[in-house]
Parts: sequence; C-alpha cells; structure tokens
Amino acid sequence: MAQIERHTYDVVVVGAGGAGLRAAIEAREQGMRTAVICKSLFGKAHTVMAEGGIAASMGNANPHDNWQTHFRDTMRGGKFLNQWRMAELHAQEAPDRVWELETWGALFDRTKDGRISQRNFGGHEYPRLAHVGDRTGLELIRTLQQKIVSLQQEDFHSLGDYEARIKVFQECTITRVLKDGPRVSGVFGYVRESGRFFVIDAPAVVLATGGIGKSFKVTSNSWEYTGDGHALALLAGAPLVNMEFVQFHPTGMVWPPSVKGILVTESVRGDGGVLRNSEGKRFMFDYIPDVFKESYAQSEDEADGWYTDPEHFRRPPELLPRDEVARAINSEVKAGRGSEHGGVLLDVSTRMSAEEIQRRLPSMYHQFKELADVDITTEAMEVGPTCHYVMGGVDVDPDSAAATGVPGLYAAGEVAGGMHGSNRLGGNSLSDLLVFGRRAGLYAAGYAAALGDHERPVVHTGQIDDAAAEALRPFSVKGGAAENPYALHQELQQTMNDLVGIIRRQEEMAEALTRIDALALRAERAGVEGHRQFNPGWHLALDLRNMLLVSECVARAALERTESRGGHTRDDHPAMDRGWRKVNLLCRIADSPASGQIALTRRDMAAIRADLLALFEQDELLKYLIDEELSA
Amino acid sequence: MSSYLAHFKVWRGDVTGGGLRDYEVEVNDGEVVLDIIHRLQATQANDLAVRWNCKAGKCGSCSAEINGRPRLLCMTRMSVFGREDVITVTPLRTFPVVRDLVTDVSFNYAKAREIPSFVPPTGLKPGEYRMTQDDVGRSQEFRKCIECFLCQNVCHVVRDHEENKAAFAGPRFLMRIAELDMHPLDAAAEVGLDRKVAAQDEHGLGYCNITKCCTEVCPENIKITENALIPLKERAVDRKYDPLVWLGSKIRRRA
Repeated sequence: MAQIERHTYDVVVVGAGGAGLRAAIEAREQGMRTAVICKSLFGKAHTVMAEGGIAASMGNANPHDNWQTHFRDTMRGGKFLNQWRMAELHAQEAPDRVWELETWGALFDRTKDGRISQRNFGGHEYPRLAHVGDRTGLELIRTLQQKIVSLQQEDFHSLGDYEARIKVFQECTITRVLKDGPRVSGVFGYVRESGRFFVIDAPAVVLATGGIGKSFKVTSNSWEYTGDGHALALLAGAPLVNMEFVQFHPTGMVWPPSVKGILVTESVRGDGGVLRNSEGKRFMFDYIPDVFKESYAQSEDEADGWYTDPEHFRRPPELLPRDEVARAINSEVKAGRGSEHGGVLLDVSTRMSAEEIQRRLPSMYHQFKELADVDITTEAMEVGPTCHYVMGGVDVDPDSAAATGVPGLYAAGEVAGGMHGSNRLGGNSLSDLLVFGRRAGLYAAGYAAALGDHERPVVHTGQIDDAAAEALRPFSVKGGAAENPYALHQELQQTMNDLVGIIRRQEEMAEALTRIDALALRAERAGVEGHRQFNPGWHLALDLRNMLLVSECVARAALERTESRGGHTRDDHPAMDRGWRKVNLLCRIADSPASGQIALTRRDMAAIRADLLALFEQDELLKYLIDEELSA
Repeated sequence: MSSYLAHFKVWRGDVTGGGLRDYEVEVNDGEVVLDIIHRLQATQANDLAVRWNCKAGKCGSCSAEINGRPRLLCMTRMSVFGREDVITVTPLRTFPVVRDLVTDVSFNYAKAREIPSFVPPTGLKPGEYRMTQDDVGRSQEFRKCIECFLCQNVCHVVRDHEENKAAFAGPRFLMRIAELDMHPLDAAAEVGLDRKVAAQDEHGLGYCNITKCCTEVCPENIKITENALIPLKERAVDRKYDPLVWLGSKIRRRA
C-alpha cells in the first residue's frame, strides 16, 4: 500500500455549505481542532443557489409572528410527519441564528425602521423570510466563509498559523467513514486535484453534504448533490429516514433545454407573481386542498387584496406549500393546458414596475435575460416542477444531531432527515442549516472533548486498504469492456425521473427497482481513462455508488408507503391516510442483498408533546391525527 | 430545434505543458458553452477537467477564457457565435494550470485571509443592529460578488506581472475592503484600523490605474472601478494628505 497522507483532528465536518460551515464554526469556537471537507472550492457550495430567504419569526414585518406560529406552519407544511422536536427547536432558535449572522458582517435588506426586512413565502402565515434580494444563499455562505476566515486570522495572530485550529480541505471528496468497533474513527477520501488519498483520524464526524438531486434528470441541484452523506451514513451503519419524500419545486425553468430545471425562486410568487395556464386561467384556485381551505383566497379579487391588506384578505393560492403547487402545475400540463415548452406561465410583470422587479428579483431578471432571452419585466416566465430537495436523510437525535446507532457520527442540513416531515416550506432550509449546523458542531465538539487520549478511537489499516481498493476500481476494470460512468448516470437519472418522480405508481416503482439493481451491477464495471489528477470521469464513477444507494432508498420507501402525503404522491393511493401519519420508514444496508442493497423497517414516531399539540385547533388536528393519538 | 456540429479547440494539458486539441461536437438550441464541454466529457473526453457547480451564474466556478475573453462557461450562450466560428476555450491565464481548464486559484484565498475582517460594533447585541436600506445598499452591491475571480484574472497588474502578486490584493479584495469600509456599522476605527490607509499601504491599491478591465468582465455587473476602487482611492488620498487626519492619527497612536 502506497503512503497515504494522514491528519488528526477532533472534529471533521464533511461538507462546506451552510450547515457544514456553521458546524465547523461552532466546533472551533468550542475549542476543537476542526477540519472542513469541501467538495468544490471554498464558498461554492450549493447553498449559494438558495434565493428566497431564511425563515425566522423575528416579527419585523408583522409583530404577531412568533416561534409558535412558525412551528405550526412548519408542521402543516410537512403534513404533521415532521420530527416535532426538531421543528420546535428550529422555530425557537432561527431568529438568533439570523441575528448572529449580522454580527459576522451579513447585510440583509432592511425595513423602513432599519431592521431586517422579511418577505412572504409559501406556507408561512406572516412575512418571515430575511433576505438579500434573491441571492440570500450567497449572502449566507459568504458570511460563514468570512467568519471562518476571521477565526483563522485570530489563530494567525495568536498561534502564527492560519490553519492551526480550523482548516478547509478544498476540492476533496470523502468516500468512507472509518470505524473502530461501533464508533467513528475518521474519514477516508481523495484530493480531486492530485487524486491522492488521505485519511483524517477523528473521533467525531459531522455529515453536512446536502442532497441527492443529481439522481434525477430535471433538477435544480448542482453536480455535488450526489447523496454522498446519505450513502456514507448508510455504509457506516446509520439508518436513513423518510427517504420517500422528495420535493419537486413547482417553478424550475423549462426552456431552453440546457437550463431545464434551474430554479425560479418562490419569491416571484411571494412578491406577487401569478400562475396561469395556456388558456390564461389563474388555475391555482382549483387546487386548494381541504386541509388548507380556510386560509386561502377563493377568488382573484380576494387574493389580490391580500398583497396590500393581509389582515382582511386571505392568501393567494399561489402561496400554498410547494408540494401542492407542483402537483397543480403537473396536472395542468397533463390536461393539455401547458405552455409552449411544457410548463405553465408565471407572471410578475403585471404586479410590479420594471424597476422594482429588477431591484427585488435581480438574479431572476438576469437569469431569464441571459439564458432564455425573456424579459421578465414585460413577459411571463415558463416554469415547471424540478427536483429540488430531499426531506429524507440521516435519522438523528433532534437535540444533538447525532446519527442513530453510530457514536461520533452527526448530520445536519439537507442530509439529515425528520425536520421537514413530508414537505419542506421555502425558507426553512437556510434556517435549518444554521440551527442544526450549530447544534451538530456543538454536540460533536462535546463528544470529542469528553474522550480522554487513551479513549480515542483508532483507524484500522485494513479499512484504509479496502477504501483505497474501492476507490481505484474504475481504473482496473477486467474482462470485457468497461461501462461509461456518464452513460450509467444518465440512465439512472432517466429512471428516477420517469418512474419515481412527482407522481408515482406501484408498477413503475417496482420497475425502477429492477433497473436500479441492474445499474448497480453494471456500475461495478464503471471504468475511466487517464490518470487520477483532476479526472471528472473517475469522480463520477465513485459518486455513482452513492446515487445508486440513495435512489434505491427513495424507490423502496416510496413503494412501501401506500398513501399520498407532501413530497410523495401516489396515483394508486391518492389520499392522505392518517394511519400512515406516525409511521417512519427506515432504510439500512441489507444484511443479505438478495433483493437489492437496502432493507426497510417501520418505526412509530414519538407522540407529539401535549403543549405543542395545544397550539392547534382540535378540528385541524383531526385531519392529520388518528383518534387515539388525540385522546392520549 | 436545430442541431449542428461546432468546431471547438480546448486546451488540454497540465503543469508540464499542453496545447489546444480540436473537437467536432454537437450543439443544440439554447445551449451554453458549458453544455458543450459537458458533452465532450460524456462522449469524447471522459477525463476533461473543468470546474463547475450551479450552471446558473451564481457560484462563479466555471471561469475560463473563451476566444481569449474571460467568461463564465455557463453564462456564455452558443448563439453569440456563428456556426462556422471556431470556439477556443482555455484556462484562466493569470493562475497556474492544474489540468485542462482547471487552474490553481489559491492566490485568491491567500489574499482573502490578508484582509482584516468585519469588526462588530461594541455595545450592540445581536438583533439590535439598525441600518437603512440606502446605507447597506452600497456594500450590498459588492457582496453580489460570486468570486469567479475573472476580475483577478484580467487585471493587468498581475496578468502579465507575476512579481506584483505579493503586493497586490487584486480588484476582488480591494473591493472587499471598500465593502467593509462602507459597512454602516463596521467598527474598524475603534480598534485603530484605517481600512483606506491599509488598502493603499498594505494591499496595493496604488497599483490600480483604473483601466476598468475588472468592471468589464464582471458577470454580476458590479461597478468595481467606479463604485469601489475610485472612491477608495479618493478617500485613501484624503486620509494620507489631510494634515489634520495625519495629526489626529499620530496623537491617537500615542494614546
């Protein structure tokens, strides 16, 4: 075995988006030597693409807002499948996490009296999203990046080394979490630039790798979203939860083909954009589900009144949670009332002046102008659903973000499951990153600090050798032609898009599982040309393992859940079933891979605490909870 | 929809050398140069190295030079070229090549560390910050920066003068100083830091002779020269040659 670069840290954070950076800051501030693994360059993570804002009930725009209201909206958005303790902590801590960003230099848009401005968003009762135009994610990531730099400057002044206590490993990918018995002992990975392998010995590992969108053909997600953390957790023995719930954002670009899927921010609707079909009809009024009937407008006049007088008018149905809007658009297109390129029309030009649109939605203006030749200040945008977010993820303890069953492993952000239930509200992602990123960093640091020197786990050479052999396999495919990793990837994306997409049925998902099985077999023969130095074909060949694992989780869990709820819609089981409400599906690596690599188990959710249930009217609870849960 | 074959020349190689390689590759309606590079990867050159992330002009990863002009690959539409045009894609010239279109941009991260960070005001707790939109707007323009480093790449102070790199932070990071200097609540002065003077004395603001190349290539259309560098220069000059400021700084330093 060739020499492998070795490092030792107290906490390793895998992922450098909002959750990862926030976790790293916390671990470092707790005094731990911290490593951050960044799959691309520092500051480029997918968080930069978040547009609309950070949900936090600061009450700047409407003083009635508070954490209880935010909690209620979050539970409604997730159709009560949320891990309620996470939803509670999230709603309570989000304002502090936003204010803290200001002390690190963030510059949010302001209200007239100089506080942080908050905007309307789908599913949020009050204007709640702190924002910077429509580039809030960029502000978030840059602020966290600059905070890390400021911590490094402190270390430089006191210790003479910028990287004495926090180091960012840029353009590195982790392929295995290493273990010493049941406990985490470190990570194995490669440097993209050189292709060299490295090992970090560390007792605590925080997964913050984001989502899985690259398993789908039409997605708003960047290339990094290959489900790495989901797969790392599975392979380390930790279960995933809620993997059947995948959010299709209602508004992605649909034309030209090369930009299909790129996000069109929900702020367009929050700021007054309306959806129309090819007949010019504002169709969302036809799609208000029973559970939301009371709080949404029934007519255009009523909806239009809300923009200026939210106290006396009900919200426009364009601002229903994302799952509802995505399904509605899908139905309109299927019914033959779609736009020229198979979407519907989203128009903000009639609501705001050209100047205001350019001020409030600058990147949308830019994006449509440059990529589609559409001037959104005078024309409607063509939009349709795009795979955007996975609600499912690593099953974690709500307070500490510790992964189930693997001491030393933590997960935060999109890679963690539970917080958003069956459907995430817009704006709740950035706040989730900060709230649970901080918690994961805090508890990982506490765990590492509590270990005495002789108690630290040990990295075993055998695991390093196995990991290295696994990573090198694409260079030495034997006997017959190698498979092209790009072709395998495209087939997987097409399979997930067609068979486990926004509307699902039993036969199609079963077919998807058969195809995923076959692809997994072929992926073992994925081979590449050239050498290890910055070789994207090799990187993709390694990422395929992860995408195939999470795709199987999604398909298997989706096949099992015979109801429709949030980001899981079954043509053959169109109704929400209260009996399924408290059932979580857990995915683990199967002991005997007779049929596929993933085994499913069911687990009942803990009963919602009485004081949290008391925040809802009994009538509303009856729509979600079964009678015995209510009487208990 | 109409497809055609385009003639691409892509620089292939690494630190030991390399050259332009010719490719014939399919182009479809509405595509951008990055789509074509991806098609090359998928069909003809699996190991062609290129950085990219968002494919929507938001992350600033896919910077390269197209027909000699610094551009984002994802925001350069194929329709701006004629079907007969030869399209040449080369790595950023100012930074050392790693492989193919990927360069070593660590210069920029080293410079970022040299710029003193935001200094939070003492006496204001989180949640107590009050700033008007007009006041934050100036710095917000600079915070639109996606760190594509096209401005760093095009700036002639370092593009053809390796020897200037040590002393010159480059437009992106001089703009960062301007951003902090215009931040309504930055308390640098309270800790004895004059950002304008530092820009001039420690980060090479004087090297800039406002040719506006940086502003021209900025994909976010930030007016780097007019709104950041020139005002910073003016104020740096004010500070340095104003006798009262000079006297004040001497007295404060003694105290």
